[in-house]
Amino acid sequence: MAYSATADEHHDAHHDGPAPGLMRWVTTTNHKDLGTLYLWFSLIMFFVGGSMALVIRAELFQPGLSLVQPEFFNQMTTMHALIMIFGAVMPAFVGLANWLLPMMIGAPDMALPRVNNWGFWILPFAFTLLLSTLFMPGGAPALGWTMYPPLVLQTGEAFPFLILSIHLMGISSIMGAINIVATILNMRAPGMTLMKMPLFVWSWLITAYLLIAVMPVLAGAVTMLFTDKFFGTAFFSAAGGGDPVLFQHIFWFFGHPEVYILILPAFGIISHIIPAFCRKPLFGKASMVYAMAAIAFLSFIVWAHHMFTVGMPLAAALFFMFATMLIAVPTGVKIFNWLATMWRSAMTFETPMLFALGFVFMFTIGGLSGLMLAIVPADFQYHDSYFVVAHFHYVLVPGSVFAIMAGVYYWLPKWTGVMYSEVLGKLHFWLTTIFVNLTFFPMHFIGLAGMPRRIPDYALQFTTFNQMATVGAIGFGLSQLIFLYIVIRSVSRAGEKASDRVWEGSEGLEFEVPSPAPYHTFTTPPAVR
Amino acid sequence: MSTNRLKFAGAGLLAAFALLLSSSAMAAGWPPMNMPEGVTEISREVYGLHMMMLIICAVIGALVFIIMLASIILHRKSRGAEPAKWHESTSVEIIWTVIPFMILVAVAIPATATLVKMEDTSGAEMTVKITGYQWNWHYDYLDHDIEFFSNLDADSTRAYQLGSDLSPLDVEYYLLNVDEPMVIPTNTRVRLLLTAGDVIHAWWVPEFALKKDAIPGFINEMWVNVEEPGIYRGQCAELCGRGHAFMPVVVIAKEPAEFEAWVAERTDTE
Repeated sequence: MAYSATADEHHDAHHDGPAPGLMRWVTTTNHKDLGTLYLWFSLIMFFVGGSMALVIRAELFQPGLSLVQPEFFNQMTTMHALIMIFGAVMPAFVGLANWLLPMMIGAPDMALPRVNNWGFWILPFAFTLLLSTLFMPGGAPALGWTMYPPLVLQTGEAFPFLILSIHLMGISSIMGAINIVATILNMRAPGMTLMKMPLFVWSWLITAYLLIAVMPVLAGAVTMLFTDKFFGTAFFSAAGGGDPVLFQHIFWFFGHPEVYILILPAFGIISHIIPAFCRKPLFGKASMVYAMAAIAFLSFIVWAHHMFTVGMPLAAALFFMFATMLIAVPTGVKIFNWLATMWRSAMTFETPMLFALGFVFMFTIGGLSGLMLAIVPADFQYHDSYFVVAHFHYVLVPGSVFAIMAGVYYWLPKWTGVMYSEVLGKLHFWLTTIFVNLTFFPMHFIGLAGMPRRIPDYALQFTTFNQMATVGAIGFGLSQLIFLYIVIRSVSRAGEKASDRVWEGSEGLEFEVPSPAPYHTFTTPPAVR
Repeated sequence: MSTNRLKFAGAGLLAAFALLLSSSAMAAGWPPMNMPEGVTEISREVYGLHMMMLIICAVIGALVFIIMLASIILHRKSRGAEPAKWHESTSVEIIWTVIPFMILVAVAIPATATLVKMEDTSGAEMTVKITGYQWNWHYDYLDHDIEFFSNLDADSTRAYQLGSDLSPLDVEYYLLNVDEPMVIPTNTRVRLLLTAGDVIHAWWVPEFALKKDAIPGFINEMWVNVEEPGIYRGQCAELCGRGHAFMPVVVIAKEPAEFEAWVAERTDTE
């Protein structure tokens, strides 16, 4: 093309390394730099959101209000959820995608590098806006991350900032997703057919389509809230001919695929790590791909299981119950395939493998409690109780977060060129696992016994298990400082040098480049066997 | 070697965790940790469904964990395990697709039957309209000339405040008591109509296995037939603002004769 000659000349000057100084990070279009930025941003948000969780748990240590007022407590639950979902887990997966997808498919970079830069740099602004609401009159949003009207319309000054920050997060996600689809579909090395793609790539291809499909729906829903509040529309007000429940339908049409956006890349990561440390190929790769596709398809037709108590027609409740139960089938296939991979393999238990095994173990618990929640008559009891809190934290913390950590331990030596300390890594794993269970397992009990979620204070019979959960949460939070220390040590290149293959059983193109991975990889496509 | 030491440390910590969990639970005398069986035919059916699902899930979970642990113990490289060569089998995939599907069909049948019963609100002998407000409940007996608000009781209200001089531990039924409870007759099919005056609330009594949203501008229906006289307590279950934790539901079920006496007394004084 006409512009390519000049572009090449311009680029040649600093083709081999990053620009020096701080501007490197602001102007970078390099997928590895952006991956690093996403991952650091995610880690910072993980600690911000985590400290909010600790405020929640500290208040719930004993009955009676002891630290904060109920309105501040509600702000904490809302902000904790928004920050952990949109600020910690999603950017972590996008960061991993940025670092790994081009290397895994033998591409030199992402397809749309500038979009990539913009997609990341929107996020700090979005979250600055969101966090700034804590200092506004009336405080931060206090209505739960689900933003149900009419309660959401009672939000004070924070309201327009909430809507705007969600729009920004949505724009960032959509740009990231389009970039990922464009990269995977157009930039695979010759010979890398779709079914030869590694599973992390597959999981992200499916996730990206989910994102493109549902983020605009969320944008529409919050825009309707915005016009209801400021321009006199009545989409969600019965008094004006609208319907508050309509919002819930639209929100969960976004929300349920969103749940799988938070877990499908985790499936991908685990499907890399288990075979590597089992020294045996993944069992049933094709069926793993079909299972993810099936889960993604089903995610669009189960949304109303989040709202069985709104009062829907019997036929609708039955449809959503059956559709929801169906999800157990492909999810089961994934678990069984991982088990079959482990069976008659030669396992070793380095930190990434420990986190992966912890994932399979505890994601199974979360998945099974999800199956219980699908049963509508029983759901009338579980709904909006701590049982639900236990369920979704089991799939999000020992699920998604464990997978992210497993992935970081697995690929960190490739990124930094040094091995992390295995002793510290294992210590981190054991402490995290013990405390995560101490935090979330008792929540099943108090939920079944009748404790509603999102309450700052509770009746006396729930005290014991709440105290356990609080002790667990503090231990969990402190254990993550070990992780921070490990990452900082690795990034500052302290530790044994990692080999190019890093692990004995590692497979994939990303392990065929040197460790640390050079700034530019696969400028000429590799040969794919 | 350091890894070995860590393994022991890990196992030790796990044991300590188990000990802590059991000892603290013992010390306090086991607090409630399962769904109540409840006092209606429906609530017992719901409890049955819950226990059935719990057992099925526990068995499936146990199988998964046993296979995992067996692999971890038997097929580890340190014991000289050699990885097998196989890595796919269509027939195995079909088996573990079809068997879970059949289990699901088997549990869907009783779940559907119970749901159909719960949703059938016909044949009600009396009706109470329940309206949620920020932050109390309003009960309106459509067949009698009775209506009243039901607020959190004074002791709980005093005790929950930040820096209160009254400890929650000294309040009976802390946060689960109201100034004026709802009263219904036993062995009577009572229809409950739910709505709200401001934002969405949810009316929940675990002993009845009833929870439904109270939505402003819309009316939801439920029905209950309580068999045992008694006092049943629940809470608002949908986040409704700062007072969400402080709008409990208390229902007193009385023998029909006593209920009639209560109605007569209420209509006299008003």
